[in-house]
Amino acid sequence: MNSLATPARWERIVLPLLVLLACLALWYFSVRWTKTRVFPSPFEVGKGIKELMHKQVLWGDIIDSLRRVAIGFGTAAILGVPLGLILGWYPAANQVVNPLLQILRPISPLAWIPVTILLFGIGDHAATSLIFLGAFFPIVVACIDGVSNVPAVYRRAGRNFGLTPVQLLLRVVFPAALPQIIVGLRIALGIAWLVVVAAEMVAVDSGLGYLVIDSRNSGKRYDLVVAAMLLIGIIGLCLDLFIRSVEHFKSVRWGFRHDS
Amino acid sequence: MESSVAASATRIAVQVEDVGMIFTRDGKQTLVLDNINLEVGEGEFVCLLGPSGCGKSTLLNIMAGFLSPTSGTVRVGGEVVQGPDPRRIVVFQERGVFPWLTVEENIGFGLAALDRKERQHRINHYVGMVGLKGFENSYPSDLSGGMKQRLEVARALAVNPDMLLLDEPFGALDSITRLTMRRELLRIWEAERKTILFVTHDIDEAVQLADRVVVMSARPATIQQIVTIDIPHPRDLSSPRYLELRDGIFQQIGLAHHV
Amino acid sequence: MSFEEKPGAVIKVPVWLRPWLLLAVLLVLWQIAIQRHPGQLLPGPWGVVGGIADLLRHGLLLKYVVASLFRVTWGFGLAVILAVPLGMVIGWYTRAEMALNPIIQILRPISPLAWIPIAILWFGVGDLSAIFLIFLGSFFPLLLTAMNAVRGVPAVYVNAGRNFGLRPIDLFVRILYPAAVPQLIIGLRITLGIAWLVVVAAEMIAVNSGLGFLIVDARNAGNRYDLVVAGMVIIGLIGLLLDWGIRSLERVKSFRWSYSEE
Repeated sequence: MNSLATPARWERIVLPLLVLLACLALWYFSVRWTKTRVFPSPFEVGKGIKELMHKQVLWGDIIDSLRRVAIGFGTAAILGVPLGLILGWYPAANQVVNPLLQILRPISPLAWIPVTILLFGIGDHAATSLIFLGAFFPIVVACIDGVSNVPAVYRRAGRNFGLTPVQLLLRVVFPAALPQIIVGLRIALGIAWLVVVAAEMVAVDSGLGYLVIDSRNSGKRYDLVVAAMLLIGIIGLCLDLFIRSVEHFKSVRWGFRHDS
Repeated sequence: MESSVAASATRIAVQVEDVGMIFTRDGKQTLVLDNINLEVGEGEFVCLLGPSGCGKSTLLNIMAGFLSPTSGTVRVGGEVVQGPDPRRIVVFQERGVFPWLTVEENIGFGLAALDRKERQHRINHYVGMVGLKGFENSYPSDLSGGMKQRLEVARALAVNPDMLLLDEPFGALDSITRLTMRRELLRIWEAERKTILFVTHDIDEAVQLADRVVVMSARPATIQQIVTIDIPHPRDLSSPRYLELRDGIFQQIGLAHHV
Repeated sequence: MSFEEKPGAVIKVPVWLRPWLLLAVLLVLWQIAIQRHPGQLLPGPWGVVGGIADLLRHGLLLKYVVASLFRVTWGFGLAVILAVPLGMVIGWYTRAEMALNPIIQILRPISPLAWIPIAILWFGVGDLSAIFLIFLGSFFPLLLTAMNAVRGVPAVYVNAGRNFGLRPIDLFVRILYPAAVPQLIIGLRITLGIAWLVVVAAEMIAVNSGLGFLIVDARNAGNRYDLVVAGMVIIGLIGLLLDWGIRSLERVKSFRWSYSEE
């Protein structure tokens, strides 16, 4: 619940704009007043973005980052969702595998960097496998939780109608667990976006993460650093909006209380 | 329409004047309450009776001050209601007890202003009154549905309000517990003589409890009839007068009572 | 649901032993795989145990663990102290949320690691940089959790609170906060996981100590992959302990209600 004030429609547009302007002004004047030479003002960042747009590299970097996320996250989802469903469905299997999952899960995907570089060399494979590692465990755990939280009534109702175990899993348990699974996918996609930037700072020489670290290392171009950061933020927001739009499908929406 | 003031009432506690309510949702306007006029005497037990979703809860929420009506006014003790007030406490339809507090802490919730000794005294009194002795330190999750509902009534009574507003409080209970709870509520009412407004969709419940039953129609809700229940407590549920009054309301709502 | 195995062909293994058996089998397979390839840089399980022993002997293990935990404590702690109250207030006041939400949504998906150059510019190479990065990584998820938690508080509780005549500040302390706690704990758990992920990454780039630094350093200085994997195992174990710590909060009675009920 929130406070009962109902804002007018114009406030919906004007208030965020005011805050945004205030933040930009604060940024601009703190750069002016501290007389820093290194840190860019909003205008310089704007020019930086324009400069990046004109160079062909930017699109290449964006596509590289997105491709790595798509492959790493996609593989993690394709493998993680069925595995999680099965483990959630067979508690006995879950009991056996769970301790292993619990130990592997908290290892930062980034801690795997040396190992992946050793196995795959510097390049795409190293980066995608890091993203895979980062996304895989949250997805599996979300699916296990999702399935084990499906109320027993649904399962019984399904069995009552004479569904086979496979049908039960596909037609009752999966849809019932779907809202939680999608939340898990969303969290995992957020982590994947976080990992790709880090991986590109260390393990490859292209992509938005590389752009950030390269702009700094080659000539302290902090205007380009901040420009690249903003791009990372905006693309991350788009990814999140995309997966949120999935939540709005009618068949999925029942599980999301914040919509009502 | 009959006279809306009970003969037994000495002073008027609540005055509802020409209250109307329109909800706007997705640009569509729905008339929920239309031209409601009602007076409730001090110490009176009044049931608001109507089909589910007819707007009787909305009327209760307006009287409590959670909603402000689109038109008309509600006066309590002569003052226009402008917001919620500890002098009139609502017992909610969904469970309103705080699950993060123990039984004692729930009952003591509204007593922050009292000193410790006085507060503990009151808590003990109401724990006893609603029969929760021995559960003082339990959390609501350890209580049955009936106990939770009694706890909420105790929490409301503990702040010594002038008026209790109950919103289908026993709807979720099984029928045996519900009967016990009605008896408990009447016992408490006779002991404390609070003004009680009780929302229900159960005709028997209304006739068993109330001094007067306000029969409301479906959307938009209007007052169809006000029936005075002139049977003294404890009421005999098989007496001819009881059956007559009950049947009258059944007919008023348009239901013959055959299954 | 029960899935009883048919007795007969399967050898009866006590339930508690099964996960450990699986673990043991995997470790043995790992060891065998390593011994088949003598030139391999990756260590076997024994090599990792040796690595951990090595680290213990040099006193590095404790030093690095303490360094990493120190950074996480400060970064995460500051984020909790600031983000939770702020998020609750923003979530409660519709206008505040409306005004601030867009900018939060843009800043949030910026990898905390993308801030590394700026962190180093502002705070230099050292603890402050790492703490700053962990703070950033924890702040936004916590802020959003707190905002959503407040909005998820059922209206009954708020109405009951207002009915008893609470002032806004009391409403926060006595209703909104306790009602939001179960949601907040889930958020804390997820966020602590992220903080632990960020500290390792930050230490690989922005400082010269800690478990993340250990991993990078062990590789760069002489391909000591036994130390690399030893570091990973330690990171996993501590992450697990942190998660257990937060989970134990879920068991506190006055927090647990929403887990046990409905």
